[in-house]
Amino acid sequence: MLRTIGRRLALLVPTLFGLSILLFLWVRSLPGGPATALLGDKATPEAVARINELYGFNEPLIAQYGTYMGKLLTGDFGVSLRSGRPVLDEFATRFPATLELTAFALVFAVGVGIPLGYWAARHVGRWQDQLSVFLSLGGIVVPVFFLAFILKWVFAIKLGWLPTDGRQNPRINATHYTDFYLLDGIMTQEWDAVWDAFLHLVLPGLALGTIPLAIIVRITRASVLEVMNADYVRTARAKGIGADLIRNRFILRNAMLPVTTTIGLQLGLLISGAVLTETVFAFNGIGRFLRDAIFYLDYPVLQGFIIFIALIYSLINLLVDVSYSLIDPRVRVQ
Amino acid sequence: MTQSIPPTSGVAGPTGAGTPAPDPGGLPGGDGPEQGAVRGMSVWGEAFVRLRRNPAAIVGASIVTLFLLVAVLAPVIAPYGALALPGRTEVTPTTIPGPGELEGHPLGLDRFGGDLLSKLIWGAQSSLMIGVVSTGLGLVGGMVLGLLAGGFGGWVDSLIMRFVDILLSVPNLLLAVSIAAVLGQGEHAIMVAIGVSAVPIFARLLRSSMLSQKGADYVLAAQTLGLSRTTVTMSHLLPNSIGPVIVQATLTLATAVIDAAALSFLGLGGGVPYEAEWGRMLTYAQAELGIAPQLAFLPGLCIAITALGFTLLGESLREALDPKSRQR
Repeated sequence: MLRTIGRRLALLVPTLFGLSILLFLWVRSLPGGPATALLGDKATPEAVARINELYGFNEPLIAQYGTYMGKLLTGDFGVSLRSGRPVLDEFATRFPATLELTAFALVFAVGVGIPLGYWAARHVGRWQDQLSVFLSLGGIVVPVFFLAFILKWVFAIKLGWLPTDGRQNPRINATHYTDFYLLDGIMTQEWDAVWDAFLHLVLPGLALGTIPLAIIVRITRASVLEVMNADYVRTARAKGIGADLIRNRFILRNAMLPVTTTIGLQLGLLISGAVLTETVFAFNGIGRFLRDAIFYLDYPVLQGFIIFIALIYSLINLLVDVSYSLIDPRVRVQ
Repeated sequence: MTQSIPPTSGVAGPTGAGTPAPDPGGLPGGDGPEQGAVRGMSVWGEAFVRLRRNPAAIVGASIVTLFLLVAVLAPVIAPYGALALPGRTEVTPTTIPGPGELEGHPLGLDRFGGDLLSKLIWGAQSSLMIGVVSTGLGLVGGMVLGLLAGGFGGWVDSLIMRFVDILLSVPNLLLAVSIAAVLGQGEHAIMVAIGVSAVPIFARLLRSSMLSQKGADYVLAAQTLGLSRTTVTMSHLLPNSIGPVIVQATLTLATAVIDAAALSFLGLGGGVPYEAEWGRMLTYAQAELGIAPQLAFLPGLCIAITALGFTLLGESLREALDPKSRQR
C-alpha cells in the first residue's frame, strides 16, 4: 500500500517537471514575448530592452529555465503584475474561498447524487427512473455559467431570497482570522456571519455542483443496476439477510467503486467550473482571480496558479486511488 | 467542460475468429442494410440499424440536423446580417425592447441594438463551426498520438503517455485558456485551444482500445499471413479500435460547443462586442439580467439544446456499438 503511494508520488515529479517546462515555454511564446506581456503593447523599444536586461530574458533559454526552476523550488513564484503581491500570497488568501465553494458543491453533488441514482435504479424503467435520467441529462448539457445566470435571476433577482454576489455582506462586520469564512464564524461564534457566508455559498455552490451531480447520478444508477442482480445479492436474499444489510453491505458498497473514481474525476470539472461560477457571482476565489489574470495576461499568476492547481488535482486523484483500494480489497492484491 | 464518462466497454471487435475486419468505410449513414436481420452484418451496419430504432438517437439526430440547417441557411433565413444593428436608436441604458414589443423584431433587441433572432441564427453558425473544427483538430491530434503509442508501444508509448499525463494534470478549461492566451484572442484561438485540450482524451482512448485488440485472433491471423506491421495496424487494428473514439468525438462536439461559449464568456473571443456568438451574447447579457433576462436565456437555451442533440446522439451510438447491448 505505502509502496503504491510512494510510486505514484514519484510519478508526480516528472509530470510536474514537464508541466513547468511547458509553462516556461508558454510564457516565452506569448505574443510579443514576456517583456511586452509585462509592459503592455505600447511599450517603447528602450523599455523592452531594459526589461529584457533586468529579467535576464536575453540569456539562453536553458539558463533562463534554470533560474526559473531554482526560484520555483524555493517557493518563489514571482509577483502578480497587477497587484504587485507575491503569487503565493494571492493564492493562499483566495484558495480557502474556492475550497469552501467546491466543498459545498461536492457535498451537494454526492449527497443528492448517490441517493437519486440509487432511487432511479430501484425503480428502473418507471417514472422515477426516467425523471432522474432526464434531470441528469439536463445537468450535463446546460453550461455551468448559464445555470448560474438562471439561479441568480430566479433566486436572487426575482425572489430576492439569496444574495446576488460576494462572499459575505460587508455590513455584518465579521471577525476574520483565516480566509475560511464559515470556519471563522464558527470559531468566533458569530452565528449571523456564519449564516450569511452560508447563504452566499448556496447559489454558486448549486450551480457548480450540478454537473458533477448529473454525472454521479448516472454512474450510481448504472452501477447499482449492474450489482443489484448479481449472484451474490440473490444468494444473500435467499439466505434471508435483511433488506437494509443487503442494501448497505452488498449493493451499495460494491456499486460505490466506479462512483468513487467518478467523484475524483469531477475535481477538474469543479475547478474549471469555479472560474465560471465565481465570475458570475463575483465570488472572490482563485477562479475569479484566474479569470482576471487571463484577461490582463498576468502571466506569473497564471503560471503559478496552474502549477498549484495541477499539484492539488494530482494529489486528489492519488487520494481517490488510495480510497479505491480501501473500499475494494481486490485492488489491493493486484 | 462536460468531461463525459469514458465508455466502459470498447467497441465490439469481430464476434469470432476469422470474421473479416469491418469495412472502415461502412460508417453510420453508409449503406447499412435496411432489414431487421442483424446476422452477417458489419459492426457499423448493425449499429446503424439499432440507432434507427432508438428514439433518443432520432431526437438527437433531429436536433443536430435542425441546428445544422439553421447554421447553413443563416444568410437566407436571418432577417438581418450578423453584425447589423438595425435598432440602435431604440435601445437606451434602461430600456431594451423585449419579445413582441417592437415590430420587425419578434424576439426584441439586444443592448447594442441588434435583432435578437438574427443574432441567435448567426450564432448557430459560429458555435457549430467552432465545435466541429475544434473537435476535428482534437480527433486528428489525439488519433495520431494514440496510433503511435498503441502501434509502436515501448518507449514511444511511454513518452507519448507521459506527455498526455502532463496535459491531463491541468483541468481542461484551464488548458484551453492557457493555449488561447498564447494565440491571442479570436475564434481561431478558441478552436485550436479547445481542440488541443481534447487531444489527451482521444489519444488515451484510441491507445487503450488498440491495446485491448492487440491480442485478438484476427490480429494474429493477419500477422501470420505475413502482413507488414503498418498494414496490420492501419487496416486491421485501427478500424476495430475506432468505435469508442467515434463515440467520444460525438460527445466532444457537445462539450466543445459549451466550452467555446465558456471561453468567449471569459473574454477570449476577440472581435467586436456585438458579434453573433452565443457565449458572447451571454457575457453581455450579464449586466441586463434584471431588465432583459431573455438576452441571457435564449442563447443559453440554444447552447444547451445543441449540446443535448450531440449528447443524445453520442450516447445512443455508444449503446448501439456496445457488445453487451447487442446480444439483447
